[in-house]
Amino acid sequence: MMGALLETIAQALLLLGVAPLVTGFIRTMKARLQMRRGPGVLQPYYEIYKLLRKEMVIPDTASWLFPATPYVLFLSTLLAGLMVPMVSAGTPLGLFGGVLAVVYLLGLGRFFLALGGLDTGSSFGGLGSSREMTISALAEPTLMLAVFTVAIGAGSTSLAQMVQAAIGQQWRFLAPSQMLAFAALFIVLIAETGRIPVDNPATHLELTMIHEAMILEYSGPYLALIEWAASIKQLVLMTLLINVFWPFGLPASWSGAGALTGLAYLSLKLALLSSVIVVVETTNAKMRLFRVPELMAVGFTLAALALVSSFLF
Amino acid sequence: MAHISGPLTAGVIVYLAGAAAGLAGMRAPRRARFASFALALAGALIEIGASVAALAKGAAETWALPFGVPLFSWTLRVNPLSAYFNLALGVLAAAVSIYSFGYLRGMEGRRNIGVLGFFYNLLLLSLTLVFTAANAFFFLLAWEVMALAGYCLVSFEHEKEETRRAGMLFLIMSHAGTGLLLIAFLLLGSAAGTLDFAAFRAAASALPPWERGTVFLLFFLGFGVKAGIIPIHVWLPAAHPVAPSNISALMSGIVIKTGIYGMALVFFEFFDAPPVWAGLIVIAAGVISALLGVLYALMEHDLKRLLAYHSIENIGIILIGFGAALLFRALEQPYLAAIALIAALYHTMNHAIFKSLLFLGAGSVLDRTHTRNMEEMGGLIRRMPVTAACFLTGAIAISGLPPLNGFVSEWLTYQALLAGFGSTQALTRVVFPIAGAMLSLTAALAAACFVKAFGISFLALPRSEHAAAATESCRSMQAGMAILAAACFVLGLGATWFIRIFDPLTTQAFGVEAGSALVAGGGWALSSGAPSGGTISTSGIAMMLVLLSAVPGLFWLAWGRSARRATGPTWDCGLPGLTAENEYTATGFSKPIRMIFAALYRPRREIQAEYEVSPYYPKAIHFESEVESAFEKHFYDPLRDWIYQMARRARTLQAGSIHAYLAYIFVALIALLLFGVRG
Repeated sequence: MMGALLETIAQALLLLGVAPLVTGFIRTMKARLQMRRGPGVLQPYYEIYKLLRKEMVIPDTASWLFPATPYVLFLSTLLAGLMVPMVSAGTPLGLFGGVLAVVYLLGLGRFFLALGGLDTGSSFGGLGSSREMTISALAEPTLMLAVFTVAIGAGSTSLAQMVQAAIGQQWRFLAPSQMLAFAALFIVLIAETGRIPVDNPATHLELTMIHEAMILEYSGPYLALIEWAASIKQLVLMTLLINVFWPFGLPASWSGAGALTGLAYLSLKLALLSSVIVVVETTNAKMRLFRVPELMAVGFTLAALALVSSFLF
Repeated sequence: MAHISGPLTAGVIVYLAGAAAGLAGMRAPRRARFASFALALAGALIEIGASVAALAKGAAETWALPFGVPLFSWTLRVNPLSAYFNLALGVLAAAVSIYSFGYLRGMEGRRNIGVLGFFYNLLLLSLTLVFTAANAFFFLLAWEVMALAGYCLVSFEHEKEETRRAGMLFLIMSHAGTGLLLIAFLLLGSAAGTLDFAAFRAAASALPPWERGTVFLLFFLGFGVKAGIIPIHVWLPAAHPVAPSNISALMSGIVIKTGIYGMALVFFEFFDAPPVWAGLIVIAAGVISALLGVLYALMEHDLKRLLAYHSIENIGIILIGFGAALLFRALEQPYLAAIALIAALYHTMNHAIFKSLLFLGAGSVLDRTHTRNMEEMGGLIRRMPVTAACFLTGAIAISGLPPLNGFVSEWLTYQALLAGFGSTQALTRVVFPIAGAMLSLTAALAAACFVKAFGISFLALPRSEHAAAATESCRSMQAGMAILAAACFVLGLGATWFIRIFDPLTTQAFGVEAGSALVAGGGWALSSGAPSGGTISTSGIAMMLVLLSAVPGLFWLAWGRSARRATGPTWDCGLPGLTAENEYTATGFSKPIRMIFAALYRPRREIQAEYEVSPYYPKAIHFESEVESAFEKHFYDPLRDWIYQMARRARTLQAGSIHAYLAYIFVALIALLLFGVRG
């Protein structure tokens, strides 16, 4: 009981601490790849610190839902993160939910965020909410089908079990079904974290923005919570992808030294996956909104092929 | 052991008294309202008690009403299945009756409350009997009373053309369904030699395969009409919105569940081992209903029609569970079948509760804004805070988001589907994950739809004068909604407690006690039933959400307390002040979906701009957008035309000549004689 509590606190601190770093790393790498100097890796921390201390302006049209949204989003995302194995094959809150709970907890945060966007009465908020809900709905079947493919192989939707199954067969990630499922989930990752070619996290151009449009009216500590939650969500999804498909070097359980090795491996793999995201972001242009369904269809096809090949090969 | 028959019959008699009170109070609206709805409430409470007792007892109990006719006995029976549905009915009836006290007050003097009370109690009475009848004749009788009471309630506001048409459509479709049921019951009854349900199981397994298949399909379609599966759903989105909102809540909450009850009766009581194709058909119907239901719901901006389409969606989700249970049965996996059945029945109860809640919420809004059009609502969260909170609870629950009840039943459905893939080597196993993926698409679209429904109706600025002038509804209406909202929390957070209710149900259907076997983690979590399967704990999730709020709480203590707060206007794009016209509309919100699924919707739009000098400065713009109702246009309209055409042709037989009529009689007599001699 005590151990589980400590694990939970440790993982929560890890999520809170590392998430802005990943965002910063991606931004810096992206800048370097585009021959810019860019801000430092720690910039997201400064931003959160700055926002937490700033004045906030609440729109006069907003109701109690507007201030409640950042909290719901932050808490549900953090909780989802606590259900994902990070530095060991075990997860502190595995009993409380597996991969389905993670997906649906992120869904709860999104539901409130979209309502928060509508609550202000601004046209941008509605625009962002509408697009966000549409794209996430289109990404959902791809996500689930790919998750099912892996879960069927592991015989469980428990993430600890899924990671264990992957550890059992070190080279399984080279199997066609696993690679296809990984590709499908990578597309979902791009869509869910609002990255190019689906959404551009760096723009405030009214015609193209999705996530930024929803949170346009948020400021100060509320914005800090939302930005922080967004980077935690990114970290959670990336960790999920890494540990389910490639748990190489992950210790079986939490222990002092084991956790440190696990953390080292996780950081390496996060850096690798971030680099892939950076390359994708730099070499692609943002898609028109109504081309995104085509990308999602590609993702769904990949996931369906993954499922089929999981029992053909 | 106490008998259930006593209290259950007493409840029915109380409903009867409520109906009588309604009739007696035709000219005294106030007395009618209090007497008939208080009696309905009392009846509902008695029924809840009787159902809980029956579920605790577990065994079936059969008794006959004393006024039987020789061939047709009035036998009632309470087994776990009927007690479960009766429990749902009782909870809804209690909440809706409380709501009705306040809701109908505004109607006093304008409408005949006594008549409404009469049919309302009659509906509750017939529903109770549908769930407890143990004889096909008695069942169909109750079924018909239910349909007629339903028709009268739907057509209550009959001065509107739309209402009359919807009521008629409801009546016609309902009777087409009853016709199919009648044939099915007669086929089964003639094989069994009796109309008692008890004999049907043996009779069904003795039937030749093709005849059994026919009976199965007849039952599925007959009950499917009532449940509202696509494509025999058209009456549902027409009839549910036009009824008074307390009636809509009952209609979508429990009346369509009689179709689900009937299917459960046929699938798991009458039929021993249904063929594989039966399961596949039910899953396919479930997936299609769920997906198309939510897609059509997204296009609605009539709040009640939107909710009605969501009923179709949720019936689809229930049928996915039923179909999986049937397939598992055909594959001889009783334990998995039990889990799938639990998922379906859990969702049945959940949907009954949150859909009634949402309809009651919509009713309160309607009562204050005098419109069903979401584009004329907005800003109600400030003016009707309790209604908004209850509606939001229902919206989260129906979107299947944790930690409320919709999430639990959808999670169980996913688990059943996942287990299905490993249960067989046949190609049919691909059906399970595909159905799971479609279920997830449905759930995500439902979330989008409820962001729209809640966001457009309750948030931001009011979009009309009525919405701006709206006030909170009265206490009894708030209480009715609050009861159901609390039930969403109880069934969500208390999943490990509630799931034990399914033990007698699965024992009855498959001989395994699957309910309490799913409780894991020292009573904290539900498991998927497999040894190392997934687990979920809604209470744990809720607890963690509370505990984790320490994190933002610390930030708040450190910085937030001293952070300055200011209120300012929303960014209005540089225009002079934000008005309701700047807000996103419901139509605009669902526009991306409309464009992406254009092949399904075939949207038609018309824009006319009037201008004087330059086309860049229009004086007025007229915009019209419409989505094609595919089933009406491509199936029902041709069918209706064909029926009319046949009727016109048949008219030539009716030539008006007495000689021809005598000849018809003669021919018919000869034919009957030949038939009689042959048989």
